[in-house]
Amino acid sequence: MKKLSARRRHPLAALVVLLLALACTGGLYAAFAPASKAQADETAQSLAIDEGKKLFAVGCASCHGTKGQGSSDGPSLVGVGAAAVDFQVGTGRMPAATSQGAQVPSKKAVYTQAEIDQLAAYIASLGAGPNVPTEAEYGTEGADIAKGGELFRTNCAQCHTTGGKGGALTHGKYAPTLEGVAPKHIYEAMQTGPQNMPSFPDTTLTEQNKKDIIAYLNAIDSDETVNPGGLELGGLGPVSEGLFAWIFGLGALIAVAVWVAARTAKAKKS
Amino acid sequence: MSTNENAQSRERGKAPAGERVADWADGRLGIYSLAKANMRKIFPDHWSFMLGEICLYSFIIIILTGVYLTLFFHPSMNEVEYHGSYVPLQGQLMSEAFNSTMHISFDVRGGLLIRQIHHWSALIFLAGMFVHMMRVFFTGAFRKPREINWLFGFLLFVLGMFTGFTGYSLPDDLLSGTGVRFTEGAILSMPIVGTYISMFLFGGEFPGHDFVARFYSIHILLLPGIMLGLVVGHLILVFYHKHTQFAGPGKTNKNVVGMPLLPVYMAKAGGFFFLVFGTIAAIAALAQINPVWVFGPYRPDQVSTGAQPDWYMGFAEGLIRFMPGWEVNIWGHTLVLGVFIPLVLFGVVLAALALYPFIESWITGDKREHHILDRPRNAPTRTALGVAWVTMYMITLVGGGNDLWATHFHLSINSITWFVRIFFFVGPVIAYILTKRICLGLQRRDKDKVLHGRETGTIKRLPHGEFIEVHEPLSQEQLFTLTAHEQYEPAAVGPAVDENGVERKIKRSEKLRAKISGAYFGEDQQIPKPTVEEYKEITSGHGHH
Ligand code: HEC
Ligand code: HEC
Ligand code: HEM
Repeated sequence: MKKLSARRRHPLAALVVLLLALACTGGLYAAFAPASKAQADETAQSLAIDEGKKLFAVGCASCHGTKGQGSSDGPSLVGVGAAAVDFQVGTGRMPAATSQGAQVPSKKAVYTQAEIDQLAAYIASLGAGPNVPTEAEYGTEGADIAKGGELFRTNCAQCHTTGGKGGALTHGKYAPTLEGVAPKHIYEAMQTGPQNMPSFPDTTLTEQNKKDIIAYLNAIDSDETVNPGGLELGGLGPVSEGLFAWIFGLGALIAVAVWVAARTAKAKKS
Repeated sequence: MSTNENAQSRERGKAPAGERVADWADGRLGIYSLAKANMRKIFPDHWSFMLGEICLYSFIIIILTGVYLTLFFHPSMNEVEYHGSYVPLQGQLMSEAFNSTMHISFDVRGGLLIRQIHHWSALIFLAGMFVHMMRVFFTGAFRKPREINWLFGFLLFVLGMFTGFTGYSLPDDLLSGTGVRFTEGAILSMPIVGTYISMFLFGGEFPGHDFVARFYSIHILLLPGIMLGLVVGHLILVFYHKHTQFAGPGKTNKNVVGMPLLPVYMAKAGGFFFLVFGTIAAIAALAQINPVWVFGPYRPDQVSTGAQPDWYMGFAEGLIRFMPGWEVNIWGHTLVLGVFIPLVLFGVVLAALALYPFIESWITGDKREHHILDRPRNAPTRTALGVAWVTMYMITLVGGGNDLWATHFHLSINSITWFVRIFFFVGPVIAYILTKRICLGLQRRDKDKVLHGRETGTIKRLPHGEFIEVHEPLSQEQLFTLTAHEQYEPAAVGPAVDENGVERKIKRSEKLRAKISGAYFGEDQQIPKPTVEEYKEITSGHGHH
């Protein structure tokens, strides 16, 4: 008993378990996969992979290497999975303009969704990784908004703030605002952990948890969002409130004071 | 006299109702003579004298709205499940304090508006006190006999900071809870007593079940009570000392020129109250403040980035943020210098402000009363010191918001922190030197104006071809105003022998004082005022210069 638990902590133990698991799933898949349908899918799939490969060679290979093996300008993409590609290219982060700088910013997407799918298929073919989530996964049906809020405050607020407005990380890196981010991309961000964000695989945040979080983010940032009280002042908290109080609050009052003081001075003269 | 008049008016028949009520009250309270003596109290007209009024009125507004909030707020940390009308929190566990704040914000009529007025006026109250204090500082209004009132004002500012802090913590939301945690950390960093104070304050381990109820009594009773007393004392002293005024013809150390309290000033002040109330209410109706529903209820295992206190505590936040996280270990006890040093600095920065009037009067050795204000330029060293202090304060505020400057101006938070670390020390020095130079430059310009008159911008060509600008002599009033300030001589160390010729021991403090005095008033620290002889010599005979 003691021996076994000691072995369990061996650094290679995880690897052994992983290999075993992979072998099992691979074997099971081969045994159970419906043969004919798989064939048809496979041709469509390999077509997409081919197209993706071409797109990759033009737009991405300069940084990620001709086979996605990585270079000094970009990391290896073997095993990052389709979800990572869909997120990075779908939010316009990739293709990056430069590999310098603190962090690759999101911008307008360069590729169409069809092209992104092809790129994703190609990268997925290089090594297994998380798949692009389906609408059933990231849709908010059956989600618990309040639970999502709680999960968000526990897992995400330390970087993105409770309201999802984003915050600073070290050396010019930052967690961006989550306003207007598509549910699919939120799901993928959690799955793949882009750049300085940790990843939250299903073992840490279950599929249901992710749904809840997406539903919460949707609830605090949509047309129906309830956020009373007037101008949000950027939702940045006491700093913007303080600036506002000084400039518009005290500023206005001093202006009024100047006005009142000037009024009497005139009356005195007349 | 008033009773005589009463008798007469009664004989003549019916006086207007108002007058009869006044008479009735006067017969019993004797208000008339009191009022008569005080109604003619004079208030000078200058907008900067109304800063104190802004503070007073926002304080009144805070009290009024605070009373409304107490009707609905439950200062309890009992855990309840939320079932109010804000959907994204439904079913969440939270303290009753947070629950009732949510209730006030969403379900009490006018609740959110009152909460926002309360909070906005708190920010404006403290900002007002800050500027008011600076006005008093830079004009030297704190000099004898007003040192006590300076202390009253200072205490109001500091107590206001803590009243604001305790109020801000009451809703028990994630943001304010983080602030309370921060405070607990600061308390814990105190050597020896820290843990005891923390256990005492929170009734056990943080956060415990008591702090909201305790902060509540502090917030609505203890501190506002003391502050109300101080405000009354402050106003009585203002009344008793009478107002200061800027130098000018007809204004002496013994009079006050301006409007009588009644009716002019009272009407103006009454109107001003409503203007202040209206402005603050408009701001509160337009702009959101402290949206606790966005933050969620406090839980010690959660934290949000971008967590800052209200602005008046921002300099404490800044001190912590730019302080390196030093720690030393002494005999098995950890001393968290990274937190303790900021805590000490917090006290030092404030104490410097409180003690300045006493330091200055020790340096000048001036025991006379001062009712005429200084123009800041005419007290260059004081002005420079004040600007240096404000600079330091502002730099710590920049440090307190380092993450927001980083994200909004695309800077590295580390560079900002280093900038603040360096400029916390260098900034005040630069500010001191610059301010002093500017003050001396302005003094020089005043002197020029007095001696040579005002530049008119008119260029004249003399017969021999030279161009000159025509200078117009100043009016008598202007000349008076520009030369009314007095200038100190630097204090000298007393003679080395006493009157009996015996060698005297010169105290170290005396030497220090002479040295500082030299830095204040010595050569090149102020521009000597033009003397009458100088003026006569220049103005007699030749017309231009
Ligand atoms: C200018 C160089 C450059 C180009 C061009 C570029 N990338 Fe990248 N890419 C990077 C760098 C650098 C990173 C690493 C960013 C980081 O994580 O800090 C990256 C990261 C990624 C990742 C995330 C890897 C992970 O570990 O999750 C994906 C996926 C990706 N790139 C796909 C693409 C695709 C697809 C294209 C072509 C459309 C592309 N990139 C073009 C430089 C580039
Ligand atoms: C350690 C800090 C950190 C934590 C914790 C974190 N994030 Fe992030 N997040 C980041 C950073 C940094 C980025 C930017 C990544 C990039 O640009 O590639 C990011 C990006 C994102 C994006 C993409 C936004 C966009 O503009 O496309 C989403 C969505 C997101 N995070 C959601 C979450 C959620 C949901 C959680 C909690 C489960 C979370 N994050 C936790 C740091 C964090
Ligand atoms: C100098 C005086 C005061 C200052 C600076 C001050 C400041 C504050 C602040 C900043 C808050 C947080 C408000 C928010 O939730 O956004 C608060 C809350 C509160 N204050 Fe005050 N306050 C003062 C005096 C008073 C007085 C005199 C009372 C009552 C008589 C009072 C009652 C309350 C109550 C009940 C709350 C909690 C309610 C809530 O937050 O919704 N305050 N105060």
